[in-house]
Amino acid sequence: MTAASKRTLRTVLLGMAIPMLMGAGDQAARFNDLGHRMMCVCSCNQILLECNHVGCTYSDRMRAELVAAVDRGDNDDLTLQSFVQKYGPPVLAAPTKTGFDRVAWIVPYLALVLGLGLVTFIIRGWRSRPLVLPANAPVAVHGVELDRFRAQARKETES
Amino acid sequence: MSQIGSFALLLALALTAYSFLAGILALAREGPGSARLGETARRAGIASFVIVFLAAAVLVTAAFQDNFSIAYIFHHSNRDLPAPYKFAVLWSGQEGSLLFWSLLLSAYGLVLRLRYKTDPRLFAHASIIIAAVQVFFLLLLNFAAHPFAIMQGSLPADGSGLNPLLQYPEMVIHPPMLYLGYVGFTVPFAFALAALIMRYPGEKWIHITRRWTMVTWGLLTCGIFLGMHWAYSVLGWGGYWGWDPVENASFLPWLTGTAFLHSVMMQEKRGMLKTWNMWLIFSTFMLSIFGTFLTRSGVVSSVHAFAQSSIGDWFVAFLAIIFVTCLFFYGKNRSHLLSEHKLESLVSRESSFLFNNLLLLVACFTVLWGTLFPVLSEWVQGTKVTVGPPFFNRVNIPVALLLLLLTALGPLLAWRRTSTESLKRNFRVPALGALAVAAGLIAFGMRPWKDVAYFYSLMTITLAVMVALTVISEFVRGGRVISRHTGQNLLASMVQLTRRNTRRYGGYIVHFGVIVVVIGFAGSAFNQDKEQEMGFGDKLTIGSYTLVCQSYTQDDNPNYGSEWAVMNVFKGGKQIATLNPERRFYKASQQTSTMPSIRSTVSNDLYIVYEGQNPDTGRPILRAHLNPLVMWIWVGVWIMIVGTVVAMIPNTVPVRVMAPVRVQPAPVGAGD
Repeated sequence: MTAASKRTLRTVLLGMAIPMLMGAGDQAARFNDLGHRMMCVCSCNQILLECNHVGCTYSDRMRAELVAAVDRGDNDDLTLQSFVQKYGPPVLAAPTKTGFDRVAWIVPYLALVLGLGLVTFIIRGWRSRPLVLPANAPVAVHGVELDRFRAQARKETES
Repeated sequence: MSQIGSFALLLALALTAYSFLAGILALAREGPGSARLGETARRAGIASFVIVFLAAAVLVTAAFQDNFSIAYIFHHSNRDLPAPYKFAVLWSGQEGSLLFWSLLLSAYGLVLRLRYKTDPRLFAHASIIIAAVQVFFLLLLNFAAHPFAIMQGSLPADGSGLNPLLQYPEMVIHPPMLYLGYVGFTVPFAFALAALIMRYPGEKWIHITRRWTMVTWGLLTCGIFLGMHWAYSVLGWGGYWGWDPVENASFLPWLTGTAFLHSVMMQEKRGMLKTWNMWLIFSTFMLSIFGTFLTRSGVVSSVHAFAQSSIGDWFVAFLAIIFVTCLFFYGKNRSHLLSEHKLESLVSRESSFLFNNLLLLVACFTVLWGTLFPVLSEWVQGTKVTVGPPFFNRVNIPVALLLLLLTALGPLLAWRRTSTESLKRNFRVPALGALAVAAGLIAFGMRPWKDVAYFYSLMTITLAVMVALTVISEFVRGGRVISRHTGQNLLASMVQLTRRNTRRYGGYIVHFGVIVVVIGFAGSAFNQDKEQEMGFGDKLTIGSYTLVCQSYTQDDNPNYGSEWAVMNVFKGGKQIATLNPERRFYKASQQTSTMPSIRSTVSNDLYIVYEGQNPDTGRPILRAHLNPLVMWIWVGVWIMIVGTVVAMIPNTVPVRVMAPVRVQPAPVGAGD
């Protein structure tokens, strides 16, 4: 790996790490953050803070409970856990990062890594594979003639 | 009337089955009779369109006649339903929408069968495959989800009415667009499978398939964005995309279709990725069937889903048959799909398409995985978990950002290989421009380190600017060359450039539309909302707007009763608008719905919802959302549509490639 590639890789990794290291700050932001990490359980399939069902019997109560938890200073995990105990696991808008739920988070990234591996494998295979030409294909050109065609193509397609 | 409809469906099934079987026999048999048999199969296919159209017309007529003896009409219409929505009855329920599927498929089949002279044998194969798909849907309609089933017991005086959420003008065009997209993927699938079955020589089939895919992709894009606009304008939660399973179902074939539209260029230009493209088209079709299955089986819960029913099993069986068929013919004829060229360099257009495909497929897999994970979780640990927006956003946004980066780089890469110097030279201006915009945004108060959403938003806008500058530089560079040769001004030269290679420059216009859309998405990081009880004269301030409640008023019509607020909107102390958020009570269905009022500008949308009355105080509650840059999404879609249309227009000046003159080698000894 060249120095430039290493630098690029470090920059990309840093770029990916920044969002993971950042978090919400004050009370209102915490309420907003937690409220968007939970679902309303009135079977509307909406995020708690976005439930707009007329006469919904759950969202107001749940929002009030969330305000109380944030005011008490409960940490995020404790708050979410108390909602899970009261309303069941579907109250969380995303799988947790424990137990089998972890699989939900790992698999997409694994797919990306495997996909990258597959594409690299395909490219390597292509580069090392002998050329297969159809029977009636034009004869390949080489050397000076090839350079002339390349120059012509460049001239016609670039500037 | 129901007997006419039922008979039409049976007749359509018989005709389509005949078209399928006679088509196969005609292709399998040699001899003079086979051409005549093939012709009867083609004509039966054409006739099936007429008969399915008749069945659909009967159902719509029954809706207009308030014929509640038909159970479907009773459940989805009522006497006072406005006329345009009586058309919408056709696709508003399970049975009707399957009939609509079938109608669109037979219409696509009609076009294909009328154009058979383009390549009779290829079209005959494709026609059989379309007939096979049509047989499945007609079997469903005749035996599992009959739209003309009769009401049991005494005849009801009025129907239950159409779902209030569907009573919105866009619902008259959104489902047809979406279905045209879904169903349309049957055609490229049919051509691809036909080409594989017959080991089609040459690349003509891929040109036909690409054109159909582009049309279908364009329609699906329209359908998805109309759905988003409908959700935004009607559902009243202030957003346009909720990662609902049914929304995801429409997004899946769109992603693979997009991947195909890119990778197919490698097959056309370089004879590469033949297997990949074949499976991309197969997957796109299977995903559109899978989406239909998700919507109708009740396997995942969704606000959009049709009633749960047993037809899910039919779809599973159909999907299995499609997969096995594709696998069988692929196994049999895969030697036909060998690449003609090899990759020469990693820094090339070919590589960029490969990585583009990888990212689109990872996004597709992620959406599919997230949609199905609740089912898997319930199966493994006995507990259903929710996989909602936080999951999809977190997993998909990084992939989308990488895709944006690739969209900026891709056009700068040449086929076969690109020199590093050329890449640096062409990339310098877009990169510096994007960095300047990012610095400007930070200078104007954007704080990406404060919240991950702000960080993603800044990255999105930065990369979008980079793509925009790349696209513009491509137009300018090409335009300058023409301008030098013709003496025209730059704008006219760019128009001529586009007309000379509509596909390439139409594609760039689509890319430009995409970045306008994603800038609109980036605005959502800065959404604000506020809820307040509001009596007469009360004020609510959100962003730079102040809302003052002037009054509440009521109205009544045969279909619904409504009450709405009259809200004066002030900015900088000056009244700039009056908004009327509304609540409706639909009489037939006895359901209430909200109708937000939106003031849309280039910088933000002021979105007001009349939520109802506080049961304790009796005072009206209003919720105000301030959603930045939403208009960019709708403008971006129009640009994407324009780009798609441009890409489908034939080039005015054909691109001529000079064939190299074959010089016969002189015989040994010549000239001696």
